[in-house]
Amino acid sequence: MMLAEKYLRDAMMPHMWCPGCGHGIILQAVIRAIDKAGLEHDKTVIVSGIGCSSRASGYMNFDTLHTTHGRALPFASGIKMANPDLNVIVLTGDGDALAIGGNHFIHACRRNIDITTVIFNNSIYGMTSGQYSPMTPVGQFATTSPYGNIDRNFDVCELAKSAGATYVARSTAYHAPSMPDLIVKAINNKGFSVVEAVGQCPTYYGRRNKLGSPVDMLNWQKEHAVNVAAAAHLTPEQLADKLIIGELHNSSAPEFTEKYDQLVARLQGRE
Amino acid sequence: MGRKFAVAINPKWCKKCGICAAFCPRQVFTHKAGHVPEITAEEKCIGCNQCEQRCPDFAVTVRGKNDESDS
Ligand SMILES: Cc1ncc(C[n+]2csc(CCOP(=O)(O)OP(=O)(O)O)c2C)c(N)n1
Ligand code: SF4
Repeated sequence: MMLAEKYLRDAMMPHMWCPGCGHGIILQAVIRAIDKAGLEHDKTVIVSGIGCSSRASGYMNFDTLHTTHGRALPFASGIKMANPDLNVIVLTGDGDALAIGGNHFIHACRRNIDITTVIFNNSIYGMTSGQYSPMTPVGQFATTSPYGNIDRNFDVCELAKSAGATYVARSTAYHAPSMPDLIVKAINNKGFSVVEAVGQCPTYYGRRNKLGSPVDMLNWQKEHAVNVAAAAHLTPEQLADKLIIGELHNSSAPEFTEKYDQLVARLQGRE
Repeated sequence: MGRKFAVAINPKWCKKCGICAAFCPRQVFTHKAGHVPEITAEEKCIGCNQCEQRCPDFAVTVRGKNDESDS
């Protein structure tokens, strides 16, 4: 991939992800989006938490911050508050963003702070060898659900929308060719943007759930994805095991750093 | 008709998963399990770029023959 030279840290490659892992496909889509959006290296900061997915920041040739588990958004919020001119992009896993980091996630949505968050959703904790996450679908197997998961999983897109995020979209690793455009729109949204990128962990999730090879897992994504326009004509029953992909929510609301600047200006008597 | 696209795999980065070969609509690649896929029919490439965009390892590059830019 030609863009790799421009955007990846060559010395860090090849990356640590397993053969056929979806994280590399999603990271490539992020890079294509950054390129399409024309973001400047010096004006862009990549922040991640902990997990296989969160290792993504280390491969990117930008100012990057690999933080603590679940805390990418608080660090990212600090960066954005200190210098609102920066483009801040958070790369996080379903466990990182929604288990240990779930509270930070809903409050970042609520504040509508201008950060773009890409959730690498592989339905599992990959790095720690396959515990269920809040995104593991009901009935699926993990080391911590050997008899099938009885917890209901989040729909992170619905969660983000209800909590106040102003741009929400979903794509899959199979749909890599159309994913960058959704990320570009997320980046351009002045507010908190969430892109759920459904991917695959063949090593822990795929193997334990007998989902076959990485190619089979990508085909599963293809077969279970329904575009948002087509989904409007289907019943909830028909959509029960489907992934609705595309732009799911796009609205506007006051952005946090702007409100904060206005507050400071008011208190200093500048307005 | 001359070849329009050049397809390359970086063997240092490829992890041999075979995703490129599986989703190529024109069978440009030949993949044996456990090996780096071989580009055996480059002349059939239509430049759709699906192999490159679904490669988890940034290892595949498709370039237009008269084109220096990234596709
Ligand atoms: C405070 C803390 N608790 C637990 C861990 C162990 N831990 C590391 S990664 C991880 C889960 C990662 O899952 P996810 O974010 O879905 O990423 P994936 O590895 O699947 O890409 C956990 C629980 C940790 N590093 N720090
Ligand atoms: S354990 Fe799973 S998520 Fe982690 S690198 Fe391997 S395939 Fe990817």
